[in-house]
Amino acid sequence: MIGKSAIVVLAIALIAASSSLLAQGVKSSLRGPAPLNEEGPAPPMTPMRNTAEREIRNYPEQPPVIPHSIDGYQVDMNGNKCLSCHARARTGESQAPMVSITHFMDRDGQFLASVSPRRYFCTECHVPQNVTTPPVTNDFVDIDSILNRAAPGGHR
Amino acid sequence: MSDVDKAPPGKGWFTRAWRFALELWDVLIRPSSVFGLGVLVLAGFVAGVIFWGGFNTALELTNTEKFCTGCHEMRDNVFAELKSTIHFTNRSGVRATCPDCHVPHNWTDKIARKMQASKEVWGHIFGSIDTRDKFIDNRLELALHEWARFKANDSLECRNCHSAQSMDITKQSPRASVAHQRFLFTGEKTCIDCHKGIAHHLPDMRGVPGWQ
Ligand code: HEC
Ligand code: HEC
Ligand code: HEC
Ligand code: HEC
Ligand code: HEC
Ligand code: HEC
Repeated sequence: MIGKSAIVVLAIALIAASSSLLAQGVKSSLRGPAPLNEEGPAPPMTPMRNTAEREIRNYPEQPPVIPHSIDGYQVDMNGNKCLSCHARARTGESQAPMVSITHFMDRDGQFLASVSPRRYFCTECHVPQNVTTPPVTNDFVDIDSILNRAAPGGHR
Repeated sequence: MSDVDKAPPGKGWFTRAWRFALELWDVLIRPSSVFGLGVLVLAGFVAGVIFWGGFNTALELTNTEKFCTGCHEMRDNVFAELKSTIHFTNRSGVRATCPDCHVPHNWTDKIARKMQASKEVWGHIFGSIDTRDKFIDNRLELALHEWARFKANDSLECRNCHSAQSMDITKQSPRASVAHQRFLFTGEKTCIDCHKGIAHHLPDMRGVPGWQ
């Protein structure tokens, strides 16, 4: 008897869960209203953020995001457009921040004479930003807020 | 074959040709008894216009992107690369074609450029740059020629479309307006100093000033 009603309860719970999942899947889908088996219209392209004003880093180790457009910038075996502004010797003319000293370090922490090969392809780590509202909100809290939350005299 | 064709082209042919030339010369230097001087001058003028125009048209024909990309060296390399840049498609729909950037619109410069182009025809026929690899091997040299030319004419071709006087720096991006005010408007630098590789892929840039 107990076993039978348990199965019924389980089945109802399963149906409820999956239908609510389904409903949710349709409503809050990042894909928009297009059905799963169809490709909806592509959203319009948003402009690149191009203020050239530095953005706050979320944590100290973060590669800063690129605050300017990088359309058509060639970075390959032949040349590196980024370094034509961000290299040490170029910063006087470009007024861009120099690539930091970590970019000269090889994997053993040795400082090389020029930008290390593993830091050559800048967009592996640094990305430009688009002016748009993100489809998913972000509840990241940075370390300073957490530190400030701690009560004075409380444990840190 | 008929007998007429077999007539020997020996001494007889030469003397006949020579005599014809002499007669022609006689006719040419004899004052005209048929046409008035005015008519002759007018005819000469009209012929001049036609020849000059024809020359101009011939130049115009070779001054098109279709002509330039008729050669695979140009089509498979530089033209293919141009297609992804802002000078091929942009929001305003204004295009820059090869001759806009590479052949000066000035008459004398134009002919000078055409004379230089004869060397390229040579290179095409004798296959000096017939593969992508060979093109890339030669690319630095070709690019250096172009940079030198833009530098020497103060980026004349760029300025045919973009004039520093008409630039509204308040509408430009911050980096652009700062750089243009500091170096362009003061005449310290010209477009090509800062805008290399805007239309095609760059060659090996080691040793090019400002690059590493
Ligand atoms: C025309 C010169 C120029 C070029 C080319 C250029 N930058 Fe910049 N970059 C700047 C300037 C100027 C700033 C803004 C600095 C400021 O406002 O303090 C900047 C800022 C940055 C920053 C932010 C630094 C920080 O501390 O927040 C990053 C990251 C960056 N650029 C990466 C790149 C990368 C990657 C490329 C190549 C894809 C590139 N840049 C190409 C001039 C340039
Ligand atoms: C492996 C990831 C990585 C690569 C590749 C990389 N960076 Fe960075 N970059 C970082 C990180 C992490 C930071 C922040 C910490 C630091 O300075 O090391 C940074 C910092 C910077 C800064 C800010 C320096 C300052 O003092 O404000 C600039 C500018 C920069 N990078 C430019 C570049 C350029 C240009 C390239 C390409 C030549 C490049 N980076 C390649 C990870 C990277
Ligand atoms: C007959 C085929 C052909 C045609 C047509 C042609 N090119 Fe070229 N072009 C070449 C070759 C081959 C080279 C490499 C020549 C060399 O070694 O100097 C070249 C080189 C160039 C260069 C580099 C010049 C330099 O100083 O080193 C430019 C710029 C150029 N061509 C532009 C054009 C333009 C613009 C047109 C149309 C008006 C055009 N070409 C039409 C075959 C051609
Ligand atoms: C917006 C201007 C512009 C247009 C349009 C343009 N070029 Fe160029 N071209 C340049 C510049 C600038 C260079 C010098 C090298 C560089 O900076 O990339 C160059 C270089 C070249 C070279 C030398 C090899 C190299 O890549 O450096 C050739 C060949 C050439 N162009 C042919 C063409 C042909 C063919 C077309 C038309 C399909 C064309 N270009 C359209 C600006 C232009
Ligand atoms: C036939 C006219 C023409 C010629 C010649 C020309 N351009 Fe342009 N250029 C344009 C147009 C059109 C645009 C796109 C404008 C837009 O819609 O934003 C443009 C855009 C640009 C941009 C902006 C790129 C960006 O990302 O916003 C630069 C930089 C530029 N040109 C430099 C040059 C240089 C350097 C030369 C000479 C080698 C040159 N142009 C020759 C017409 C021309
Ligand atoms: C001192 C270097 C320098 C010189 C000289 C220079 N520019 Fe620029 N220009 C820049 C920089 C830096 C930018 C912004 C970054 C980018 O577009 O890569 C820029 C951007 C532009 C833009 C895009 C405008 C925008 O709002 O981003 C155009 C168009 C342009 N330049 C055309 C020219 C023309 C045409 C000339 C010659 C009459 C010229 N520039 C000379 C450095 C220069």
